[in-house]
Amino acid sequence: MMWLSANESAALVLSLSVATRSVLFSLPFALLLAWVLTRKQFLGRTMLDAFVHLPLVLPPVVVGYILLLLFGVRGPIGGWLERVFGIELIFTRNGAALATAVMSFPLMVRAMRISLENVDRGLEDAARTLGASAFDRFATITLPLMLPGVLAGAITAFSAALGEFGAVITFVSNIPGETRTLPLALYTALQTPGGDAEAARLAILSFVLGLGGLLLSEWFARRVRRMLGR
Amino acid sequence: MLQVAAKKHRGAFTLDANFELPTPGVVALFGRSGCGKTTLVNVIAGLLAAERGRVALDDAVLLDTDQGVDVPPERRRIGYVFQDARLFPHLRVQANLRYALKRAAVAPFVGLDRVVDLLDLGPLLARHTHELSGGERQRVAIGRALLSQPSLLLLDEPLASLDASRREEVLPYLESLRDQLAIPMVYVSHNFDEVLRLATHLVLMESGKTIAQGDLGEMSLHPRVRAIIGADAVGAIVDGVVLGTDASSGLTRVQVGLSVLRVHYGKSAPGTKLRVQLLARDLIVATEAPRHLSVRNSLKGVVTSVAHDVEDSDLIAIDIGGILIMARVTKAATSELALAPGTAVWALVKTASLRPHAI
Repeated sequence: MMWLSANESAALVLSLSVATRSVLFSLPFALLLAWVLTRKQFLGRTMLDAFVHLPLVLPPVVVGYILLLLFGVRGPIGGWLERVFGIELIFTRNGAALATAVMSFPLMVRAMRISLENVDRGLEDAARTLGASAFDRFATITLPLMLPGVLAGAITAFSAALGEFGAVITFVSNIPGETRTLPLALYTALQTPGGDAEAARLAILSFVLGLGGLLLSEWFARRVRRMLGR
Repeated sequence: MLQVAAKKHRGAFTLDANFELPTPGVVALFGRSGCGKTTLVNVIAGLLAAERGRVALDDAVLLDTDQGVDVPPERRRIGYVFQDARLFPHLRVQANLRYALKRAAVAPFVGLDRVVDLLDLGPLLARHTHELSGGERQRVAIGRALLSQPSLLLLDEPLASLDASRREEVLPYLESLRDQLAIPMVYVSHNFDEVLRLATHLVLMESGKTIAQGDLGEMSLHPRVRAIIGADAVGAIVDGVVLGTDASSGLTRVQVGLSVLRVHYGKSAPGTKLRVQLLARDLIVATEAPRHLSVRNSLKGVVTSVAHDVEDSDLIAIDIGGILIMARVTKAATSELALAPGTAVWALVKTASLRPHAI
């Protein structure tokens, strides 16, 4: 990374790290929610669905603020996490990952739901008559068949996580090397006299990363479709 | 013995089924499309819940709503061949087959090699499922169901989505399955030809209800079965035993009731069981022993009933020694020959119109 300054490459590496954590963290929850929302009928399903989609319509600052209330040192969940596990979220990259995870969660759930809806239940029935238990069916039939959606969701969420600004800066502030991801670094550069060139480089970098993510997602989807013979 | 009883309501549709099958045997669930055959099969498999029901195979009770027994489908050991095959698209043929084998609840009594051999799957093993023809898909689906080591096999119109020649390509495999593995089968079909080839018993369904059942020979003349298959296809299904082959003509002699039929059936050992359908429209009725005729087959018997059939013809039921057959003759012939219960007759049929199957 010869053409990036130390600050810029630190922001890049941090962004990738935060986005990776964010995706790994939200993946199992998104899968579970996609499953529940697609396959289960229960009271309050519509409410839960709306709740999952809230980050799409709320100002990111509001999400950051709510996270601050819940996961702050004196917040009900944050305090407990620190006492019991010694996990600190505020002003840390894990906190940044949590904020981006919440923001990109609806995107991930959406992609997974669409692919789950397209999985032929008849195939699960067939597996069932062959002796496969519920978990077995999910792991060997349902999950592989919804893999294109899971991958697409993960890549989209990763790209979105790279760009999350409002929720991150509200929740974990803007600390170089810890929470100053690409968009925050870009914003900081714009606030700094003579930072125009740096801002431009960071903008181009964000652009390249986003485009790369989209192309990668498309390539994956095509590969998996071919694997499934469609 | 397979015992099935099921009651279920679904909107305006009511399933009310009840049948038994001596095992091993092949029971055909026969009826028009939409009469509830698939619903019943799904209840047997456990994929669909019945309001009241009982499914028992020999000593194993799989469902008994009165006793609160409901074994889940994955533990019923019932193989299911679906109409649309339902092969797993992300697995190749071999992996589809192994999927079943790996999850078998008992030590395999049919192994992969045996199934591959029986169904000729060797050339298909490395293929993707989307590279298979319709007939090949069904063969793989049958093989997969077998490899789950089932104690009962359900086949839901496995050939319905195939054209006639493809169907002819898969049928022999089903026959050899029936003959070589003693797995009881429930075969859903609305095609009487398939039933004729495969089944030992027939359960007739109409709008959700099982209205008649019995062995195939006796059911083949049931008035409601006749109504479904149409006048041209009506005919007794009779089972006979090979006596030997005529050296001069090459025809196989088959003992049926009191008489002997001569049929085209290549070489077959005496004692082999053969089944033929004597179509009512192919039979000629004579009141004297025929002479000077080219017809090779004359079955001696006694008229048991004369009933109005279609248009201006009658359906004459003839007992040929414990076996009932039917002949369609014009009403004019009925009165001219004075056909009535008790009349001694000879039923004539051309060898060329008989297509025997092994059973």
